[in-house]
Amino acid sequence: MKTNFDSAIKVIVPCGSLGAGVVEEEIAYGLQLGAQAIATDAGSTDSGAAYLALGKSKNNRGAVKRDLTILMKAQAASGVPIIVGTAGQAGGDLNLAWTRDIVLEVAGELNMAPKVALIHCEQERETIKKLNAEGRISPLAPSSVLDDATVDSCVHIVAALGVEPFVTALEAGADIILAGRATDTAVIAAFPIWKGAPWGPSWHAGKTAECGLQCAANPTAGSGVLLTIDQDGFEVEPLTTHNRCTPNSVSGHMLYENSDPFRLTEPGGVLDVRNAEYKMVRERAVRVTGSVWEPKPYTMKLEGAAAGLYQTIMLVGIQDPDVLADIDGFHDRLLEALYERTRQCIPAEELGEFHISLRMYGWNAVTGLRPAPGTATPPEVGMLFVSTAATQELANAIAHACNPYFFHYPSIMGKELPSYGFAFSPADIPRGQVYEFKLNHVVKMEDPFELISIEWLDLAETGAGKEKSNA
Amino acid sequence: MPKLKDVCRYIRSKQAGPFWITFDIYFDSRESFDRYHDDKALSVESFAKLYGADPALVKRIPVPQLEMIKISYPRSTPQGGIIERDMHAGQQYVRLSNVSVG
Repeated sequence: MKTNFDSAIKVIVPCGSLGAGVVEEEIAYGLQLGAQAIATDAGSTDSGAAYLALGKSKNNRGAVKRDLTILMKAQAASGVPIIVGTAGQAGGDLNLAWTRDIVLEVAGELNMAPKVALIHCEQERETIKKLNAEGRISPLAPSSVLDDATVDSCVHIVAALGVEPFVTALEAGADIILAGRATDTAVIAAFPIWKGAPWGPSWHAGKTAECGLQCAANPTAGSGVLLTIDQDGFEVEPLTTHNRCTPNSVSGHMLYENSDPFRLTEPGGVLDVRNAEYKMVRERAVRVTGSVWEPKPYTMKLEGAAAGLYQTIMLVGIQDPDVLADIDGFHDRLLEALYERTRQCIPAEELGEFHISLRMYGWNAVTGLRPAPGTATPPEVGMLFVSTAATQELANAIAHACNPYFFHYPSIMGKELPSYGFAFSPADIPRGQVYEFKLNHVVKMEDPFELISIEWLDLAETGAGKEKSNA
Repeated sequence: MPKLKDVCRYIRSKQAGPFWITFDIYFDSRESFDRYHDDKALSVESFAKLYGADPALVKRIPVPQLEMIKISYPRSTPQGGIIERDMHAGQQYVRLSNVSVG
């Protein structure tokens, strides 16, 4: 890493997540102000384990291609590197390959030949089991000690990258870095750290800008921010002139999706902002000083996604006054009847362990808790049926068995059978598997590069963008 | 007695990784922060009871400079399990906003 640090480092964070809608004018404005790099993440664990388990992006391909096109044009014109972390939503090898293919497509269309680094951090299950046997993996609260069965339940496992592999790729001259799962913060902190900026302000700047404009007074007016990191601190400002950051909007962002607002554990240390000071500078920027980086033994956080049981769903709308007069009682009676019906229709040895749930939208679906006595009756409820079983066929079979009851079950026995309002035919929808994050553990590393690899694509050599490279 | 939502300008809940839920409770003034942030209704015990959490694992961090308090707890079932009803935990704050304080 370079140590001759004498001038401020400017980094554009163009959006909260690649594909969210980069604004071309903002990138131009940031480059005009002297930005030397563009850095953004392209995903997170927020939307669940399905994206890692399936290797699929949550973002629309066209949206990601559009953003990459804008950024790659800016990269080609200005020479500043693009750094993307957590490619394809989850940062597994499949997610990374999906993003790589879009970059290759754009490069071909624009006749460009960037030098692309792919940083892989997906792990074999056997590797993780070996590390665990060596005592190098420890649980984070509230999880317990890792066992082999848990590792084996994971379809894909990634180890979240710190700044070191990004620094290596930058040093080797990457124009575009596409990385697997990385901490949101590391993706942005890597460039200033490579340039020799102090680690406290670099990491804190990364955390501040990880969601793009979320740290501004108005998080929806624009898309990106510009970071300026210097010897004593950093500054952050929106890339649109009609928006501003404020000390509250910037310090408040440390709270976001984070269980501790003052200490953030990252690979190789802890960012401590307890003594950070936030001050307004100029009209739209905030200057932050006092951020401290405490070096610690190097750890990487593991994320593993398991694909488990299968579900089938059905939905009806209900305005029946007898149901609405006693929603909780109706829910309990129907649920019991559905369990009984399922056991009557499907032999126990075939059925195995299964689960049925009814969720009364418009009443208490979000929590499942009983509303207080005297809660006003809604004009209607939506009743969602969810069956869960070992295979899709079984979950479907349970739904088929339950269908007549779910459709006609009366709130008051002896009255004529009601028919609730199905929205679709066929009524049952096979929903696929349940995906869960299984790992909440860190692995201790002697060497930050032990679990990662860097793959290089030189488009000038491979022929994509050949016209330009030959010109 | 006012409800928590009556003395706050903003209350939110959100997942903090797949295993934790975090609540950000912004009071409407310095006076409200001083008066209510240590209220019994916002104690670790009351919070743990309201959400069925293990009190030993509840984190409670007042941030006076922002006139807010942050409370976090580990989810009883991981995000996205078979009984998931609120993937991003973004609706969990409502229960808290209706507790009485003072």
